[in-house]
Amino acid sequence: MILVTVGTQLAFDRMVGAVDRWVNKKDIQVIAQVGPTEVCFSNIKYKSFLEQDELDHILKTSDLVVAHAGMGSILSSLSLGKPIIIMPRKASLGEHRNEHQMATARRFQNRPGVYVAWDEQQLVVLLNRWSTERFDHVDEISNTAPTEFLANLKQLIGNT
Amino acid sequence: MFIRDAFALSFSWSSPMKQKKLLAVASAGGHWVQLIRMRPAFEFLSLHWISTSPGVASQVDREEFTSVRDANMWDKPGLVLMAIQIAWRVLLYRPDIVVTTGAAPGYFAIVFARLMGAKTIWIDSIANAEEMSLAGQKAKRWATHWITQWPELSGDDGPTYIGSVL
Repeated sequence: MILVTVGTQLAFDRMVGAVDRWVNKKDIQVIAQVGPTEVCFSNIKYKSFLEQDELDHILKTSDLVVAHAGMGSILSSLSLGKPIIIMPRKASLGEHRNEHQMATARRFQNRPGVYVAWDEQQLVVLLNRWSTERFDHVDEISNTAPTEFLANLKQLIGNT
Repeated sequence: MFIRDAFALSFSWSSPMKQKKLLAVASAGGHWVQLIRMRPAFEFLSLHWISTSPGVASQVDREEFTSVRDANMWDKPGLVLMAIQIAWRVLLYRPDIVVTTGAAPGYFAIVFARLMGAKTIWIDSIANAEEMSLAGQKAKRWATHWITQWPELSGDDGPTYIGSVL
């Protein structure tokens, strides 16, 4: 099963639409959080917003995550050891307020388990690759921040 | 007698043994995911959480959680309502420390808590690698600690870098 998520704020029809067309006539289940959109998708199960519990459950049982290049999606997937394909939103296409998702995608592109689709064509190429070889090698992260960060933060908090 | 009790009470309030109160604030989504990764740093403190979706309460202690209205810069009436909800919570809880990753609810929490004398820690989202977020820039003058997760952004007049949640 594939989880598709566009985060909690904005729709991202360019990405969801590409997955919807790709999965047509394939025996793969796709569940998607598509955000506030008027567009209808025909080959996937979707809601504009999934409750956190629901989203966590789907994430745990999914084999692959396809998401916008948002930190929430990336951190959640990696902390459960799930491979993720990220597609950055483009401010030039009105998909976000600025180009920070491009920077996020560049930063994560060499991390095992993270695959960057810079556009819809590359997303389809990656999905095809995943359906034949799967993406097994994921650089799993802990579900808490690194010890050094926590120690520094604790010091700031403690020394009131 | 009454005066002595009042003295005793005020003394116990300022006692160093008292558990400090931390208010942790983030809008739902990526900001929230980053905030809860910091939870081990909040141990031994009295904690209250604020977010913009009641659904995330299951990840923390439900009793110590307040959900406020979600709103962004383009929804002024929503922002006003959110600000009132947060001001009310800050007044009731009287935090010693606020930690937030943003965005709008974190900004309001920092403003109100600072006005009441709390320590206010703004930790800008790791998504902002090239400049501080809009809310972060507005929060600067209200934050006792203004933090980035990117060493490149830190500087004398800029934010402090203490590492990142990843």
